Amino acid sequence: MHIWQDRTLDEALAYCRDLVEDPEFPTVRRWRESGGKVLGHFQVYFPEEIAHAAGMLPVKVRGAPLEARVAESRFGSYLCSILKTSLEVALSGRLDLDLFVTMPICDAARNLAAVWERNLEYPSRILYLPQNANSAHAASYLRKEYARLKEQIEEIVGREVDADDLRRSIAVFNENRRRLRELYEVKRDTPWLVSADEAYALVAVGGLLPREEHNALLAAVVPALRQRPARKQDRIRVVFEGGFCEQPPLELLRILAQSCYVVDDDLLIGLRWILEDVPLAGDPLASLAEAYLEKSSYSPVQHDLRKPKEKMLLERIRRSGAEAAILFAAKMCEPGLDEQVAYARALDDAAIPYFICEFEERMTGFDHLETQLETFVENLLFD
Amino acid sequence: MTDGNEGLVGRGIRDGSRLFRDWYEQLTAASEQGKGAAYVFVMGSMAEILRVFDLETVFPEINALQTAVRRVAHEYLNQAEEYGYSPDVCGYVKADVGIQLRGGEHPMGRIPRPTLAVLTNACNTYIKWGEIWERLYGTPVFTLDVPSSRSGRHLMVPGTAAFEDDRRYVEQQIRELIALCERVTGRKFDVDRCREVLRLTNEMSRSWKRVLELNRAVPAPFDALSDGTVYLGVLNALRGTPEGSRYFHDLVEEMEYKVANRIGTLHEETYRLVFLGVPCYPIFRRFQELFAEWGGVFVASAYLGFAGGGLHLGFQYDLDRPIESLAEGVLRSVGGVMDGVLFQDRMLVEMLDEYRADGMVYHPIKSCRTVSTGLADSRRWLAQQRDVLSLFIESDMMDKRVVSEAQLKNRIDAFFEGLATKRLRAAAGEAITT
Ligand code: SF4
Ligand code: SF4
Repeated sequence: MHIWQDRTLDEALAYCRDLVEDPEFPTVRRWRESGGKVLGHFQVYFPEEIAHAAGMLPVKVRGAPLEARVAESRFGSYLCSILKTSLEVALSGRLDLDLFVTMPICDAARNLAAVWERNLEYPSRILYLPQNANSAHAASYLRKEYARLKEQIEEIVGREVDADDLRRSIAVFNENRRRLRELYEVKRDTPWLVSADEAYALVAVGGLLPREEHNALLAAVVPALRQRPARKQDRIRVVFEGGFCEQPPLELLRILAQSCYVVDDDLLIGLRWILEDVPLAGDPLASLAEAYLEKSSYSPVQHDLRKPKEKMLLERIRRSGAEAAILFAAKMCEPGLDEQVAYARALDDAAIPYFICEFEERMTGFDHLETQLETFVENLLFD
Repeated sequence: MTDGNEGLVGRGIRDGSRLFRDWYEQLTAASEQGKGAAYVFVMGSMAEILRVFDLETVFPEINALQTAVRRVAHEYLNQAEEYGYSPDVCGYVKADVGIQLRGGEHPMGRIPRPTLAVLTNACNTYIKWGEIWERLYGTPVFTLDVPSSRSGRHLMVPGTAAFEDDRRYVEQQIRELIALCERVTGRKFDVDRCREVLRLTNEMSRSWKRVLELNRAVPAPFDALSDGTVYLGVLNALRGTPEGSRYFHDLVEEMEYKVANRIGTLHEETYRLVFLGVPCYPIFRRFQELFAEWGGVFVASAYLGFAGGGLHLGFQYDLDRPIESLAEGVLRSVGGVMDGVLFQDRMLVEMLDEYRADGMVYHPIKSCRTVSTGLADSRRWLAQQRDVLSLFIESDMMDKRVVSEAQLKNRIDAFFEGLATKRLRAAAGEAITT
């Protein structure tokens, strides 16, 4: 029996919201207490199936709304917040792991493996996702990289992970991605039925719960959302861009939801990176590698000549029927801030209005932002 | 005293500055003739392939830092910020955006446009940077993916199956790069030319490694921060050329002479320092003086390793297997550079010992998360391993708005006072025990 079962829809949503903001990681704690092992993976994409197949709980390390008391001293001044709070939850023992993995998403995050291993006993590593996505050899390279990761995971759990284990996990994650797509359909087609912060919380708990439980949660909640009696209001439809790594506070999304319908976004895009089912037939690691490169979304931290990000954003806006874009970037985030320039110029060229802003996961006091947003929205509504 | 070698001391600086100016003149000429160039980066320039196609190489990072050294960086940064770039992104990127928006106008001449850009993943910002040229000009951009060590506890080991897998991936990509160069230039790849470039790079690499080793002498023959940066310019600009090779051959001669005759830098050497981070180009000369005034000489700098693309490691290409060996060299040198940035701990301890250093100077900067992110924690770790005084100062290598000379001076003075006290105490301790 899961905590959220036998509750009303609103109670289940409140549970998700609390869980996302809880810096004590109660679900991970419970998993450990029952003898399970935990793999923490930093943003953005990680092939969670490999950890899951070994019986580990893959947990998305994505910072936390807290003060980085100890971790602050481990870093210099000009860095984004998620780095610090992620280390903080590990150093303070709130999030206890058996393996930490970071990807070369940016210059800062790549350093985390080294910082982690100087500070914590358990192993940490970089998973070198290919950065030459257009090489004909990227997929076979990535397959080998996944095999290396699998070996390390096998050492930690003390058993081999075979192709059938992987296939079973891929099936679980295929279902998860399907259910997340359904949730996004609700957001897109009937945004008055689910607010931006509710949808976000529903997605984000996926990085904290056993994935089977997340599937069950979505299976219960998404149909219930569709039954909500809410009515369509006169709000502008927007795409939110800039949540691929550091996460905006829930409160900020709630404020956004008061004035607009967020019909699509890149929040926690790593959990939704793969866009289609990964085939169960054939070599599972090769299928995962192939899917990462060939059936995937986009983000400022992946360079692929086939996916110019500003064109992808325009496409996201078009497909979701949005009228405007909200362009956020985390403070001190090189890739996010660089991309913001390209996004803004592409939107200028396409004459699509946008609201541009920097944020921090630990920001408080939203009055100013709220006023600016309201002005932006009013200008659009009465234009 | 004359021994026929009067011209030797300081030759590296003189020749280096001349070669560097000549190189910019060459770039200016190329630009004026409407020729393009290959844009490359210091951490993996792939000159070994590009020279074979007679592609002029442009280093946007060097263009950028030159605007700071010549004290006009703010003009370029402002222009890029007006274009939309945040004050918090890498200043090199913004200076280049400024240069591009001004049609290549640069204090050293005129920079040709990119006909091709070759990047490595040694810095992720390279990849974001390349996207700017893609957008501005539709430049073909090639990202060479060089996976380095996955963890500091298990650094990559040449000869293992895992290393060979990575090497093969790099080799496959190099072959793709060659095909792209053939398409862009309309010329066939000439493997014998490539062998010649590899041979010249081998010579440079051997000499550069030797130059750095010679600085272990007391007194050190050159200052790794000020003189070293001049050498570094030539190392990148003329990699794989006869002039470059000759220059470093001569530099070894100069440094050997200085060591044999116990000739140090222009300043008295009272404290031997190791530099970590990126130089403070907006006040380049003054920054070094703040140390020199106290007798501080930078005997080693991690910058000379990573910003030299790993040539300091001295890897020698096997000319009988040029592409295979180039792939191995790239993996070891660019991968080695990345390891040196991310997993530098043991390397730092070795540096301290080999160079008999008295102190470490950490200079993380706003612009560069690649180099700066891990420095504070690495410093904490080092303090647990070694009784060495260190200084941690933050500023920028481009943006003078975050460079406060007065504040830097206070911190630097306090650091030297600490070094002096430590030395006195050690001397007193010795006096008591003897
Ligand atoms: S927020 Fe940006 S800079 Fe920070 S870790 Fe994420 S991608 Fe890197
Ligand atoms: S982030 Fe650092 S290494 Fe990368 S381009 Fe900027 S200065 Fe160079």
